[in-house]
Amino acid sequence: MTEEERIEEPRDQFPVGMRVLAVDDDPTCLTVLATLLRQCQYHVTTTSQAIMALKLLRENRDKFDLVISDVHMPDMDGFKLLEHVGLEMDLPVIMLSAYGDTKLVMKGITHGACDYLLKPVRIEELKNIWQHVVRRKKIDPKDHNNFESKDKHHTANGGGQGATSAGHPDQNVRLNKKCKDQDDDDEDEERDETDHDNDDPSTQKKPRVVWSVELHRKFVAAVNQLGIDKAVPKRILELMNVEKLTRENKYRLYLKRISSVANQQANMAAAFGAADFSSLRMGALSGYGNLRTLAGPRQFQSPSFLSFPSSGVHSRLNSSSLNMQGLSSSRMIQLGNIQSLTNPVTDPCKLQQPAVVAGSQSGNILQGMPTSLELDQLQHGKGVACIGELSTAINVPKALAVPSGFPDMKVNVGGLDNALVGFSKNSLMLRGHPQGSQGTGGATGNSFVVGASLGSDFSPQFPNHDRCKNNWQSAQSPVFSTSSLPSNDHQKCATLGPSDMRNNDSATAAHIVNNISNLPCMDAVASHMLDQIGDFQCQEAPICSSGIPNIEDIPKQTWEQDFSNRSELICGTNSLASPHNVMGPLGQSFNSNNTMFSNNMELNMIGQSNCDDPLPMQPHWAQKSALEPILDSRQGYPVAQRKVQENISNSISSIEDFMAPMVKQKHEDTTFMDGDFGCDFYSLRTCS
Amino acid sequence: MRDIRRSGRRDSTRGERKYGLFQVISPSRSAKTGLPLWLLGLGVDRLRTDMSRLLALLFHQGVLDEQFLQLQQLQDESCPNFVSEVINIYFHESEKLLRNLRGLLSDREFSDYKKMGIHLNQFMGSSSSIGAKRVRNVCVAFRAASEQNNRAGCLRALELLEHEYCYLKNKLHEFFQIEQQRVLAAGVRYPIQN
Repeated sequence: MTEEERIEEPRDQFPVGMRVLAVDDDPTCLTVLATLLRQCQYHVTTTSQAIMALKLLRENRDKFDLVISDVHMPDMDGFKLLEHVGLEMDLPVIMLSAYGDTKLVMKGITHGACDYLLKPVRIEELKNIWQHVVRRKKIDPKDHNNFESKDKHHTANGGGQGATSAGHPDQNVRLNKKCKDQDDDDEDEERDETDHDNDDPSTQKKPRVVWSVELHRKFVAAVNQLGIDKAVPKRILELMNVEKLTRENKYRLYLKRISSVANQQANMAAAFGAADFSSLRMGALSGYGNLRTLAGPRQFQSPSFLSFPSSGVHSRLNSSSLNMQGLSSSRMIQLGNIQSLTNPVTDPCKLQQPAVVAGSQSGNILQGMPTSLELDQLQHGKGVACIGELSTAINVPKALAVPSGFPDMKVNVGGLDNALVGFSKNSLMLRGHPQGSQGTGGATGNSFVVGASLGSDFSPQFPNHDRCKNNWQSAQSPVFSTSSLPSNDHQKCATLGPSDMRNNDSATAAHIVNNISNLPCMDAVASHMLDQIGDFQCQEAPICSSGIPNIEDIPKQTWEQDFSNRSELICGTNSLASPHNVMGPLGQSFNSNNTMFSNNMELNMIGQSNCDDPLPMQPHWAQKSALEPILDSRQGYPVAQRKVQENISNSISSIEDFMAPMVKQKHEDTTFMDGDFGCDFYSLRTCS
Repeated sequence: MRDIRRSGRRDSTRGERKYGLFQVISPSRSAKTGLPLWLLGLGVDRLRTDMSRLLALLFHQGVLDEQFLQLQQLQDESCPNFVSEVINIYFHESEKLLRNLRGLLSDREFSDYKKMGIHLNQFMGSSSSIGAKRVRNVCVAFRAASEQNNRAGCLRALELLEHEYCYLKNKLHEFFQIEQQRVLAAGVRYPIQN
């Protein structure tokens, strides 16, 4: 059951024989848990009292590798136990509870838990818990390569607190990353502060900013496999600092949040050693801006963005730094235009634009983008911003050229809030994906979301699947042109698209985009996407496409299909996107969009959580998004779907319409919750 | 023994064929009943069918979910009675919890919703751990009512909870009875095969 890859030569057959201490006052759960753990070939010790557990741990520190503890216990609060263990023994602790409220999960994270599982616990989840032990061990020896592993992202909580593992730059960085991975912006902020307090001595102008800089630097260093000197990151950092200052002046919160993300991006860009350092910076900045904007809108929508970019940054540094730059810049440009709606957005945009133009490799794209941006109707400002974010998000995870493309697309679409929304959603998804699915999906998710949102007739023009943003970009542009959207930007975008051909996923993204654009005929798009996506690594793409058509018709179905196929993430976005599209013409308020984003996020998360393999971060994500069912979804997507439905239905009424079938399930439950027990319901069922 | 006779009676309603199998038996003495040994083994299949039918019904009704299946998968030679053991623990604990909840709510001046929440939390956790989906859902609703300090809602929920729990318990008892018979019948069969 070991995941093999990451572990380096298990010396003692690890994770077989890993020693686990299980603590739970409920004997039923404890028995089940112990048996499940033994089934995973761990060595299990159980106790029903926290005090006893502490005693056991203190007696022999080396006797256990991992602790799993229930949250609610009569003799001692599970969080207290968690703290003690973390402080005294520095062992990874996994929290367990029947409730997965965001607050509880948050609490667990802040207290240092490296994971939070929901009851009933599934054996699949238990099979992966050894990663927390490995992670802790690896933090010390490894210095720079920690960031790259996505697992870190996934286990947001893992090193998060850093209280126990403080002092390690990698850990710190990881912590930050993890923080970023958090869904909530608030979390990020808290985390940043926490981290800052805990670890980083950086005390430059703004702690947060500095911290992130530090992180980025470290991150860059870590990621810097290219052998790029820290000098580059430093420069970037400087730039970032400078920019941060200016930006922060403008928007306090957003900037802070974004800056951390942006820093990462900047660092990443730097790391990649963009030929044009200035451009790199710009890119970084733009990435920044994007991130920021993303962060900003994220607030509306969901914190996921923040986490997303950060994660994306990490993962993507290696691959597509350059791309990111260009993309980010392009995005920034777009963002700039979009300013109208979101202030934060505007700020970064402005900053970004110059940077973008200058640095971004996708100069062409950038140029095109501004135009598109112009056309872009600021109404969607938020949406656009979101898009920008999306693009950044997209870029980050995958050096997909797509990101740049996206903004364009969005911009053009501009008028459609939905489009933006969809986009942002995508980005959300992307984010989730990068963490989980390594960004491949994310990009695709975005792309198609964008398309969906646009609802335009983008015709899938670019069939290339592989790599290249260029392809994607070009695809995008054609898409734009083909799109029936009235905005002229589309056409412009079209022109831009080709110019931006970058490497990598752009092609696929294009496809996706194309597909998405055809969303009006979702099916067509879906099929396209499916085909194209196949080529792409993005597994999610197909799902998304399938998701999109489904959404219109049967959201549930789509999700179900996709969920099983890792498409969960995409589907979530797709489904979200589609609702948006539907809503788009209605000119839904951004709030709804935001909610949708959050929903998307949740969906993403759900998808993620559902997909066991691709998304390691699932548990965290799911938890964070307080999607208890998701975590609980033994069955995977069905639960998630329900959850998603709930979220969606809650947020967007329109969505509820099509979500109705799915929501119904939830409603049944919710009716109970209202104290309005469906006695009838029960009576019907209790037909013994 | 009594169980066997009971099931025997039940069986007889379905058909006379198996009547004789159950009428007389204690596993160790099956050979002395006068029935041909090979006939005793036939009960195993019938019992297995009964078990799956019952399980299917429970799944369909939403009383159980796949977590229960996972429990069954954990049962093997090393822990042959795992499922029944866990379920017995669950019954034991749940009855305690239900008594506590009933006691809390019976109090006219009841106001300690937090304590109730703790009980509910445990109930929910254990129910979900064994796959008792309906019971768990009622707990969720119950918890919502208690968070709103809605005493009437809590009372309603408690009644519903007790009802669901009783139903679950009866059905699971039935399930284990069949399981027991099946084991016995299967045990009887082995000597024949040898």
